[in-house]
This record gives sequence, C-alpha cells and structure tokens, in this order.
Amino acid sequence: MAFIPHTEADVAAMLAAIGARGIEDLFEEIPKSLRASTLAGVPPALNEMEIGRLMSERAAQDGTPLSFIGAGAYEHHIPAAVWAIATRGEFYSAYTPYQAEASQGTLQLIYEFQTMIARLTGMEVANASMYDGASATAEAALMAVRANRRSKSARILVPATLHPHYRRVAVAMASNQGLRFEELPYCTVEGVTLPASLGKYAGEDVTALLIQQPNFFGRLEDVDALTDWAHERGILVIAVVNPTSLALLKPPGEWGSRGADIAVGEGQPLGVPLSSGGPYFGIMTTRMEYVRQMPGRIVGRTLDAAGREGFTLTLQAREQHIRRAKATSNICTNQGLAVTAATIYLSLMGRLGLERTAAAAHARTRELVTALTRTPGVRLAFSGPCFHEAVLLLDRPVAPVLKALAARGILGGLDLAPYYPELGAALLVCATETKTAADLERYRASLSEAMQAARAA
Amino acid sequence: MPTPEKVIFEYSHAGRGASDQWPHDPGTAALADLPAKLRRGHAPELPEVGELEVVRHFTRLSQLNFSIDTHFYPLGSCTMKYNPKACNQYAMLPQFLARHPLAPESHGQGFLACMYELQEMLKGVTGMQGVALSPMAGAHGEFAGVAMIRAYHRARGDLKRNEIIVPEAAHGTNPATATMCGCVVREIPVNSSGDVDLAALKAAVGPNTAGIMLTNPSTLGVFERGIEEVARVVHEAGGLLYYDGANLNAILGKVRPGDMGFDCLHMNLHKTFSTPHGGGGPGAGAVGVAARLMPFLPIPIVGWSGERYRWLAESDLPQSIGRVSAFMGNAGVLLRAYIYMRLLGHDGMRAVGEYATLNANYLLKRLQSAGFEAAYPERRASHEFIVTLKRQARELNVTAMDFAKRLLDLGFHAPTTYFPLLVPECLLIEPTETESKDVLDAFVAAMSQIQQEAQQEPERVRSAPHTMPVRRLNDVRAARHLDLTWTPTTQR
Repeated sequence: MAFIPHTEADVAAMLAAIGARGIEDLFEEIPKSLRASTLAGVPPALNEMEIGRLMSERAAQDGTPLSFIGAGAYEHHIPAAVWAIATRGEFYSAYTPYQAEASQGTLQLIYEFQTMIARLTGMEVANASMYDGASATAEAALMAVRANRRSKSARILVPATLHPHYRRVAVAMASNQGLRFEELPYCTVEGVTLPASLGKYAGEDVTALLIQQPNFFGRLEDVDALTDWAHERGILVIAVVNPTSLALLKPPGEWGSRGADIAVGEGQPLGVPLSSGGPYFGIMTTRMEYVRQMPGRIVGRTLDAAGREGFTLTLQAREQHIRRAKATSNICTNQGLAVTAATIYLSLMGRLGLERTAAAAHARTRELVTALTRTPGVRLAFSGPCFHEAVLLLDRPVAPVLKALAARGILGGLDLAPYYPELGAALLVCATETKTAADLERYRASLSEAMQAARAA
Repeated sequence: MPTPEKVIFEYSHAGRGASDQWPHDPGTAALADLPAKLRRGHAPELPEVGELEVVRHFTRLSQLNFSIDTHFYPLGSCTMKYNPKACNQYAMLPQFLARHPLAPESHGQGFLACMYELQEMLKGVTGMQGVALSPMAGAHGEFAGVAMIRAYHRARGDLKRNEIIVPEAAHGTNPATATMCGCVVREIPVNSSGDVDLAALKAAVGPNTAGIMLTNPSTLGVFERGIEEVARVVHEAGGLLYYDGANLNAILGKVRPGDMGFDCLHMNLHKTFSTPHGGGGPGAGAVGVAARLMPFLPIPIVGWSGERYRWLAESDLPQSIGRVSAFMGNAGVLLRAYIYMRLLGHDGMRAVGEYATLNANYLLKRLQSAGFEAAYPERRASHEFIVTLKRQARELNVTAMDFAKRLLDLGFHAPTTYFPLLVPECLLIEPTETESKDVLDAFVAAMSQIQQEAQQEPERVRSAPHTMPVRRLNDVRAARHLDLTWTPTTQR
C-alpha cells in the first residue's frame, strides 16, 4: 500500500529502536485538537489495473480530433527516441543538480541545451529554462528593469499583437513590483504593430519594448525598424519568439543594428507534447553583459580537482537560496524534463531537420489558407507575410461554425472574438507538418458544410 | 568509474542527420512569401548526428546521474520518494498528450474530470475551501499565494499592509517571493528548541502586517508546537497565514493546514504527491485557500456545472489575481499527481505521513546510536531531521560537505547540506516513506564508515568523491571564467 515496503516485523523493530509503543507516539508533539478527523474528498484506493482502466476511459472520452489550433502551442512530430530517453529513470527521477559530481548527466545536457538555444536565437547566453513562454516574458520585463539603469520609469511597451495570455501573465506577475505595461495598437489592415504609434513616446522615459515574432496573428513584424527605434532611445528590446520559426527567420540576436537585448519564448514546439498546456518550458537568453541580471539556473563548464572538465550550476549568487529577498527572482525549479526532451529533439533535428520542419509547417499553413479562402464567406484578414499561422475572417460568427466543425471531429482554430472583438468574426488557424493534403481537404469540405449549415440556421 | 562523455557537438559531421525523423522537403517555393530581410542568413548551428549517436550520447549522460530509481536520495526538504511508473504511463496516454490547451470543453471532459477531482482531493487533504492548479512550481505557488494575500488586503482598502513575516530558517523562496509581490520581508528568530519565538512575533506584527509565511513542520525538522498561538497573534493583528507546503509529506493524513489556521498554501505536487523531479523540474505548485481568499484564486480553475466540467475564467472570478501561466500550468504533472492520489486513496494517504515519520525517527535514532549529534535531540523528528557535524569539523577538520561527497562514493545521494543556515555543519536528512528498513540500515553503516575514515584517514574523506565521473568541481572558477555555451575554440 502507498508504495510503503515495511513488514510488520520491520515496524516492530523500528519502533523498538526508537523506544516508542506505536507510530502514533511519534506525533505526540502535535496538539490533539489539531488532528485531522477526516480526509473528506479522498476516495478509497484503486489498484494499478483499475486506475489504468479509468484513465484509458477518460482519455478515450477526449478523443483525437483533427486540430488546427496553434495560438502559442503547436503540434509537431516528436521522434520516438525523444521521450524514450527523457523518461529513463536517471533523468526522470533525479533532482536539481546541486550535487554536481552525482549529476553530470543533467548538467552536461543543460550546457548543451544552453548552447543550442543561444545558437538558435543568435544570443550570447541562455539559462536552463523558465516555467513557460508567458512567465519567461514576465520575468524578461522584470529583468529589463534591472538591466536598463538609464531608465527609472519601469514602463514596458507591449504590442497588442503579443499573445493575449502572455500580456495577462506579465501584468499578474510583474505589476506588484511597480511595472507598468502600456499597450501599442496594431494596424487592422496589416495585423502588425503600427510604427506611427511609437511617435508619442518620443523623449519619454521607457524601459523596454516587447516584440513578438511571428506575432500572435502569425504576421511578421518589422523587427529591424522596431529594434533600432528602441535602441536609439535607450529602450531595451525584449524579443518573444517561436523557436521553430528561428530555423527560417532572422534570429533576435541579429535584429536591427545591435540585436535584441533579451530573447524569450515558448519552448514547447521543440519535442514537447501539447498535453493540455504543460509541462512546457520557457526560453530565456540575453547578452553576456546582462547575465547577472538573468533569473533562473545557469550551468557552466569548469575544472575538477584533478584538472578535468566538468559541469556545475554557476552564478548562484543571483538566486533565491543564496540572496533570499534580494534574488533576481523567486524561481527555484526549471522545467528540467521538458528541457531534456528539447535537447534530444534538437539533436535529432539538427540544422537541416529543424529548417525542414519549419518550412513544411509554413507550406501546410499556406495550403490551408488557400483552400479555406476558396470557401464563400471566408477571406484572409491581413495582407503581408505570415509564418505557419494566419487569421481568417468569416461573414458570420465564428463560435457556431467551430461548434459544427467540432461535432465533425475537427478543431478549426481559435475564435478571436473574446480577445480582439474589433476584428469581427476572426479565426486564427494553424497547420504544421503533421497535416496531410487529405487533412486539409477534410477541413475545407467540413468548413464549407458548416458555413452552409450556419447560414441556414 | 563512468567515463566522461563528449559534448554532442563534437559528434557532428556536416551532412549527417536523423533524416527519417524529418518531414519531406516542401521545396524553396513554399518559402517564397517570406521577405529576404526577415529571413535567417544561415541555418542554425545545431549538431548533425545520426539517431543512434543521439541515443547513445543521451543514454550515457543519463548514466552519469544519481536518481531515485538508482540510488537512495535522502535530500532533506525535497521529499525524494519513489515515482510510481503507473503515474507516468497513464498520464502519457496519446489522447492526453495530443490534447491542445485551447481545445473546446467538448473535447476535454475526461481530462477536466481528472483535474476537478484532483482539486477536490487536494481540498480534502489540506482542509482548504478552494484550489487552483495552474502555478507551475512551489515558488510559483508561493507567488500566487502572497499575491492573493496582497489582493485581499487591497480589496478591503487596507493599503498599508505590505510586510511579510518570515522565520529566519525559512526556505530562500519565501523572502524572494515576498519581494516578487512587492512586499517587505521581516525576519523573526526561532528559539533554541526550534519553535517560533512568540515574543519576537508579537513585537513584529502590527498594522503593516500582510501575513506570515511558515513551513510546518519547519525546516528544522520539527513540528511548530506554538502554531495555534502564532495563528491567533497574526490573525488578531489583521494578517493572514501562508503555509509553505514543502513539508506537507510529514503530516499528510494526520493534520491539515486548514485546521491549524492557515488561510492560504501551496502544495509541491512533485514532493508530497510523487510527481517526478525531472532533474530540476517540472514541478507543480497548486494553491489552496480558505473561504475569504477564494475570489482571488488564479485562473483558470475547473468548475462543475452539474452536467459538465468547464473552465472558470475572469467572468467567474473578477477579483482573481489573474493568469500565472500561458494556459493551465503543468497539466501533465497534475495528471501524475491525480493518478498517485487515486492509487493511494484515503487509507494510503493516511499512511504516508505515518511511515515518513517512522522512517525519519528510526534513522535519527540509529545515527544517534552511531555517535552522530542531532540538532534538536529533545524533539521528535518529523519526516526529516538535522544532524550537525560541528564536532567533526572542529576536532577532525572534516566538514558536512566532506561527508556529503564521501556518501556519493558509497552509493548514496548526499542529504541537503548547509541548510538551514542557522545550524552549523548540518545535514538535513529526509528518508521518505518509500524506503525500506534495509536501505536505512545501509545508510547508517555508510555514515559510520565515513566517521571511522574521518578519524583514521581524514584526507580520504576531505578529497572525496573518488568514484564519480568527476572530482570536486571548482565553483569559483566556474563563476569567474564563465563558460556557458560550447564553441569549437573552447574545445581543449
């Protein structure tokens, strides 16, 4: 029971060694009045066979619909080797590598991860990961306030084209420390941040500008112009990027004439399953000059007592277990297991495989958009280039159409009405390399039917 | 001794690749719409290696690790208990892995049922009225908890309350969390028997007190006997009580934080509810609250309409502290905790605290009999306890760190060292309930052997470890000569 191996004889011998009559004696320091009389809400135990049955039924209930939802979490092929290795007990059931000599596997893997992420983003240093892309964005804003010593305002400019959930997480996690997030409007024709909207900040004290590339609509922002505008005014640039896209798109380290100062993003596309939203991991990178302002764990290579190379956690003087109230963040854990998967994924993909994955996902989305916009009442919302995601406008409300599609086993995308009501009936769609021509045709035909049904109703 | 392993980039050969894993090439025409000025100039410099090389490399790396599956891991305050294989297998059913976080509720009733029942079970074992699952780690749960306490005072117009009281032995995350929430930290001492100094507490509380953060049993491995008085003092001063759930395993099934007077808590599901530590995460830091904090819980939460499960969002909880994760937190970890709790059930849950405490008290008594000094000898151990090696350090010049490193040679992961800071040369030892008496006895034998070596050949202990892939690492060099990414030029 409860994975407790004790026999009755063990318990008797242990109690005798302690000098206690029963286990209850061991709790004698706890006031009797506090003892729990009930654990209401906890049902009787199931054995492994029973829980297996229950979970299989629950999983079957959710089914395997054909999904065209992206919006910050992307379905990609995950090579079989990724989780076969990541779930080895030596990775799965190890703790934080504080005892470096007994954790060289995890430490070296993180060092390799930091290298891959730095190369992908074109940034100088990466940490061992944050919780997810949204919390990494919030921490990047806090970090920018520490790093930008010329600015006293703690004002962060946030384009409305940044993922709406990220904007909310940033407010929830950073506004208690006095950060103010000010929203930049976007062009409703092109779906990108309006450079003209920046004019009003001329001469004002602004700490940092966030730029998401591709943005929430899948559209590509003019990152060079935005970055240079910010740097000319002493404003730090925080890039929010999709790591898969970086196989094709200019990395944040090369944006504008100086590159972004901090780059963060959601690591999930790199070998981590969608899994209802987590566990994912947040990417965080920066310039070497800001490394001491960066939150989270960092692994460094060093030498051992015999002069051989080895790996250890470093710059721990930034962290909560040393600096306590003065730490860069309260973060303690990283998302180690997801990082393990991502490092294996990036090794298998390599320089060419990741590029091909990004290209195939982009090609599928273009084919999808071409197919769907042939349907009467469906058109593309924005002009200009996208990356593997696009916004469609329907001539009727999106929700009933999505419901009709779901009844046919198709998740048709994300209804943007709750987030961007000004766009009208807008639908965000995504197709990655996992979709076939037959999948796209199935969506097109079902959408056509669903639109007709919605018209009739 | 395992051989060190090359860095993956050193296996790379131009043109090699695990191409069976890649999609078909869509051709360059597919990228014609991407403007050149937004394109990457050259492919990212990722390794070019075959699948077998990747499998061997990472398998070898794994073999350089200690883990629960391979070694006893008595790391105090971390609850390194066995992670049942069933929890992993059933959380990784294909439908759960494929489910998109924004998939409609119609395609999530099975998953949502698990999450709703998990919320209910966590309420039951903690005595709380509301639970939110989205915080992604213990410290993240602490953040959500203190943010709720702050929001509660603000909603009442009680704007001055910005002080968080923290005992000096607290985890570092407690004061760091208070800072994250824009609060000021006030540290208070503990007395010589390990309980909070009540006089100091009474002097510290006042109209600026937002709340107190406590771990109970404390980080000293003993139950806070004055908890009812602490609760009375803080509540009478208008503050709230935050329970750091790091040590919940000690009292699971025996005492509930809600019954002790706590208003808010986080649970480390990766400790108490046995989800994997994964080499440093992902954790899961679900939060629980008493009735008065329920309006402030982070979203989303799973609700039950009487017919179906649904997400509760801003419109249901307009006073919520908001979102703390992009979606709903570490869902896959939450599924593992759910499966674990169902496997244990009501009776198993009661047994956890009992056997964790039995193992700790037995190990403490055996170590004392072997000549080791307990930090609080007059107290019962909780699920963990502190041994101080200050005598060995003074008389033999062999430190707690030396003992820790020598334990690795003998096949045991080291206990937590040098925490809490107020006990000199300490080892914080937590065996957990899943270890057998045989393992505990073997650990005592190893500690006795090291003690003997410390007397007879101390250099052997001081220079340990000897059998690990590397010897003691130079941390000072690591911080001074930062080498954080591999480049061919740093290759030696």
